[in-house]
Amino acid sequence: MLSPEATTKIDYELTKYPADQRQAAVMSALRIVQTERGWLSKESITEVAQYLGMPEIAAMEVATFYNMYDLSPVGKYKVTICTNISCMLRGSDEIVSHLQNKLGVGFNEVTSDGKFCLKEGECMGCCGGAPLMHVNNTEMHEFLTTDKVDAIIEGLK
Amino acid sequence: MVASSKPVVKTDLAGQTLVTLRTLTEENPASLETYLKLGGYAALKRVVTEKVKPTDIITEVKTSGLRGRGGAGFPTGLKWSFMPRYFDGVKYLVCNTDEGEPGTFKDRDIIRYNPHQLIEGMAIAAYTLGARVGYNYIHGEIWQDYEIFEAALHEAKAAGYLGENLFGTNFSFDLYAVHGYGAYICGEETALIESIEGKKGQPRFKPPFPASYGVFGKPTNVNNTESYTSIPWIMQNGGQAFADLGVPNSGGTKLFSISGHVEKPGNYEVNMGMPFTELLALAGGIWKGRQLKAVIPGGPSTAVMPASAIMGATMDYDGLSKARSSLGAGSMIVMDDTTCMVKALHRLAYFFYEESCGQCTPCREGTGWVYRVIDRIVKGQGKMEDLDLLTDVSNNIAGRTICALGEAAATPVLSFIKHFRPEFEYYIQHGKSMVDGK
Ligand SMILES: Cc1cc2nc3c(=O)[nH]c(=O)nc-3n(C[C@H](O)[C@H](O)[C@H](O)COP(=O)(O)O)c2cc1C
Ligand code: SF4
Ligand code: FES
Repeated sequence: MLSPEATTKIDYELTKYPADQRQAAVMSALRIVQTERGWLSKESITEVAQYLGMPEIAAMEVATFYNMYDLSPVGKYKVTICTNISCMLRGSDEIVSHLQNKLGVGFNEVTSDGKFCLKEGECMGCCGGAPLMHVNNTEMHEFLTTDKVDAIIEGLK
Repeated sequence: MVASSKPVVKTDLAGQTLVTLRTLTEENPASLETYLKLGGYAALKRVVTEKVKPTDIITEVKTSGLRGRGGAGFPTGLKWSFMPRYFDGVKYLVCNTDEGEPGTFKDRDIIRYNPHQLIEGMAIAAYTLGARVGYNYIHGEIWQDYEIFEAALHEAKAAGYLGENLFGTNFSFDLYAVHGYGAYICGEETALIESIEGKKGQPRFKPPFPASYGVFGKPTNVNNTESYTSIPWIMQNGGQAFADLGVPNSGGTKLFSISGHVEKPGNYEVNMGMPFTELLALAGGIWKGRQLKAVIPGGPSTAVMPASAIMGATMDYDGLSKARSSLGAGSMIVMDDTTCMVKALHRLAYFFYEESCGQCTPCREGTGWVYRVIDRIVKGQGKMEDLDLLTDVSNNIAGRTICALGEAAATPVLSFIKHFRPEFEYYIQHGKSMVDGK
């Protein structure tokens, strides 16, 4: 069942749309539930669909189409690094190898203690701050150096 | 109230003309207080309380020479005149803050440093077009900035600049922030509309265009963030004053996102028509004292230009089309002489392959094919025929698709091979890069 906190937040999103367009809130509802539970299981998606009164398959389509929804566990911290052209030109490859060595995982893998998952991202529209990474879809860290990456990772308990 | 507003990172504003980022001169740029101090919301108040005729506003916007800043450069005043005047029901206004084409990061600075000017611009547009409800669709990657914008909306509403019966008139406008969650294609306006409706972001067949069938099937006007944010300045200073900032056919200022091999990457707002060399100098020039090799002037969907072609160019619509590329969204990706063009294209090809929504066969199959061929070249397994194959496949994507992504995907392939063919040939012959030897 969706938590009262989640339904309060989803209800706020629903105020943005006409009363007969509850499905419009699915993007934010999935985000809210994912933030609370760490990732989106099939059951979570079903609960969102039921709450919004939309077909389950339609909610599933949305969850699979947009790449910031995680349909499998991503550890406590999902670290996404952009490797697209502007970031590549400023050394994102070096940051990627540093992180892979440090955490001992490749892309889409979770560390054995379940703490970190590394993801390769597409352009995040912040290329002026390259190289950069995102933690748990919310915190943007820009102008990365290997030292800065170390400090950020140490800070994630 | 906008507690999360960050301090300004950029302090050197010399050489810039601040229109859409005019709060950058201030301590706390995103706050309502700052915006009001700079004369904010006065234009909205004037048009609403004096009941300025919508057709007069459209004329002013036409005079300004403002062209859509989302990439296509369509004249904003003309677009506004397509919205049906009378419609029995709610009309919508949509702002496109979904940038995510590599090299594009200008609208982010507007929503985090000058959100109120965007809100005012949208409110003036809503008044002009009779739109009752608006959405600003912001890509999900910049969550902290989304929150700044949403806080600004609450602030504007509390101060009486959004909501019902503004300034005691019968004009009402509600504006909301909504978000994407990792799909570049949602920047295409009809995919964006699908996404607002809570669907996967697949572009619609056009016609019908959004002006007749947009959000929830209602007439909808879609503009880019920078386009709307220019409006308050135009209404305050007049369309002609805006036009005069730029050059013929390219009115006003333009925000250039400069990334890659420059000393000071970032956004620079300058008068249209500025020589490329001057703009490059603002960004500190090429980093590490190296030489310029190439520039993608307007985002990957615009043709790459070798240094020799861009050095003499001016940064405006005509200036760049004369130099055989285009202004696009003003996303300048700068590459120095250590850049391997084969590897650069490899990244771009992957991007378009990954981001194709898959609806049209030429785009879905073509982007995949192009990526696989470049991938095998990079792995040292390329053949000379591959270059013609790449050209062929790309030519067959363009023009045969529902949206412009297909064409956008073809442009880098065709222009990279055209201008840097020897590098591709060397890579194929030697199985490694001519530039970095790897
Ligand atoms: C694949 C694709 C991606 C696009 N991405 C964006 C975008 O991120 N931001 C944007 O404003 N326009 C984008 N556009 C253009 C929009 O479809 C639309 O033309 C624009 O938002 C209109 O606003 P304007 O006239 O003010 O430029 C994109 C178009 C295509 C085909
Ligand atoms: S051109 Fe590509 S991205 Fe655009 S609708 Fe067709 S398949 Fe989708
Ligand atoms: S290319 Fe990395 S954020 Fe845009």
